[in-house]
Amino acid sequence: MLWNTLILALRAIHRNLMRSLLTMLGVVIGVAAVITMVTLGNGATLSVTRQIASMGSNLIIVIPGQGFGPGAGAAPNFKSADAEAIRNQIGTIDLVAPATAKAVTAVYQASNWNTRVTGTTNDYFQAGNWELAAGRTFSETEERAGKTVCVLGESVRNKLFGQGNPVGAEIRIKQFACEVIGLLKAKGQSAMGQDQDDAIVMPLRTVQRRLTGSQDVNQITATARAGASIESTKVALTALMRERRNISDTEEDNFRVMDTRQIAETLTGTTRILTMLLGMVAAVSLLVGGIGIMNIMLVSVTERTREIGIRLAIGALEGEVLLQFLIEAVVLSSLGGLVGIVVAAAGSVVIAGIMGIPYVFEPTINLLSFVFSSAIGVIFGYFPARRAARLDPIEALRHE
Amino acid sequence: MKSPEPTPLIRLRGITKTFGEGSAAFQALKGVDLDVAKGEFVAIMGPSGSGKSTAMNIIGCLDSPSSGTYEYHGTHVEKLSRRQRALLRRNFLGFVFQGFNLLARTSALENVELPLIYRGASTSERHSAGRAALEQVGLAGWEDHTPAELSGGQQQRVALARAIITQPSVLLADEPTGNLDSRTSREVMDLIAALNRDHGITVLMVTHEPDMADYARRIVRFVDGQVESDHRRQENG
Ligand SMILES: Nc1ncnc2c1ncn2[C@@H]1O[C@H](COP(=O)(O)OP(=O)(O)O)[C@@H](O)[C@H]1O
Ligand SMILES: [Mg+2]
Repeated sequence: MLWNTLILALRAIHRNLMRSLLTMLGVVIGVAAVITMVTLGNGATLSVTRQIASMGSNLIIVIPGQGFGPGAGAAPNFKSADAEAIRNQIGTIDLVAPATAKAVTAVYQASNWNTRVTGTTNDYFQAGNWELAAGRTFSETEERAGKTVCVLGESVRNKLFGQGNPVGAEIRIKQFACEVIGLLKAKGQSAMGQDQDDAIVMPLRTVQRRLTGSQDVNQITATARAGASIESTKVALTALMRERRNISDTEEDNFRVMDTRQIAETLTGTTRILTMLLGMVAAVSLLVGGIGIMNIMLVSVTERTREIGIRLAIGALEGEVLLQFLIEAVVLSSLGGLVGIVVAAAGSVVIAGIMGIPYVFEPTINLLSFVFSSAIGVIFGYFPARRAARLDPIEALRHE
Repeated sequence: MKSPEPTPLIRLRGITKTFGEGSAAFQALKGVDLDVAKGEFVAIMGPSGSGKSTAMNIIGCLDSPSSGTYEYHGTHVEKLSRRQRALLRRNFLGFVFQGFNLLARTSALENVELPLIYRGASTSERHSAGRAALEQVGLAGWEDHTPAELSGGQQQRVALARAIITQPSVLLADEPTGNLDSRTSREVMDLIAALNRDHGITVLMVTHEPDMADYARRIVRFVDGQVESDHRRQENG
């Protein structure tokens, strides 16, 4: 009986191809929309999480002013000596990398490129999880004497040297020539969408002397020793900076001390809103898909009722008719669900590529939206049929 | 009026059927008594609205009576469950309707095979029986045509093939020629008469047309929900 009923169901699907396709389409839209939205939301979150993980969990960033980012208020910059004080006076501090930055044009032979030079110490590479693709970092003499040497980010290498090896070459920045001693491994975009590889790194002293012309430092990046409390390190750091910047007890801080967790919170807050919006769009799609299925089923209910009447008249049992319609609904809905999953996977990969976020296949959401949309298909396919199959055959035949 | 045979295949006693309730209630059958013996060919005639179809549907277990008793081969049908009545339809009854009632967009062969699917026949059995039935109604070669591609007479012959593929004991035909012209009506009637004559299938047929009733050996007239007359005719050519 099951086999024969399966044949009947498949025949009915084939016979009413248009109706079948429209029903499937409803499920496809529902499933594909939900999976795509959630997958993209997850991808965005993951991309932010990865950014944060790449910063390391024990990172502490000290910037002047109270805002997050450059140009926040007119608070005075730090001095190189501030970084030294942090290194020497706070026991739980491991690395300290004072940094100052300047926009410049870098020239190599016929190529030139507008980028940023960061002046800092070797600690900067370690604290920022930078790795070398070629060459080396600064020697002690180079840092102390402020030699004109530099380490290039991948994007700068690409603009000036193409795929060629830059180590040993000389580039020109402003009026001076600078020897390339190293090349950094590519990191890609930051969580804020900036190209982290579009950078040139030089010894702090070189940049201060030749580019900024002051002892100022825009930012101090530090790390806490493994096992040390981030909180108490921050407290000690804040106290030290207040003292060095002569801030009286009644005044507010004119600098900010942030750790990785705070930065993470700022960033994930943004993606959470994004994910919520996507979720709402997905829910609407699901609803639209469901209404589509319902419409098709209700439109065809007259024809199907008569068909059920015919089947009952020529000897079908109520159970057999119901089983057939149930199989029909299940086959259509799950086929639609599978197509939806495939469409969602393809769509997510493409869109994730465009948005520059990773594609993550998540089984739970695939399964969940599949089950949900299929259930809508089965419910709206099966229940009208059940009502018809419970009629007296003659009533079903007369239905109009 | 000759007395009916001792053990009729179909025996109706005091069958009534009321549609609707309360003030809107309408009694379509007002106590019908009818015996039909195995192998008979009965034509049911009467004015429109006299309850012919209602009676046929009750005999065919497509509808249930409001009161009265209906014995099929000694079994009290009015006491059977829905499922048992469905099994009775499946195993003993064949239907031909005025409106053909074929499945749309479905080939002639698949339409004819349908009752066998519900009987659990194998695919090869179904195909050969389906082809044989179509051949029997003169539609060999039309297996793959859908109802939309067939004339009215051909559609009714497909319906007839579907009705007889299970070799039913009783063929119930409600105005089978009502939608057909006189020439195709004759073709269909010849087939029905042959089924009765050659295969011993009991035939109950509703018709308005005296020409079609001439094929039957007994004519029952309905008027106003009751049997008004019941004639057995002498055998004629
Ligand atoms: N489902 C129904 N609901 C209400 N009235 C019905 C129904 N079926 C038939 N009738 C009424 O019962 C009477 C007999 O109908 P029917 O048996 O179809 O007559 P006919 O002899 O023309 O076949 C008619 O008056 C018809 O209007
Ligand atoms: Mg009628």
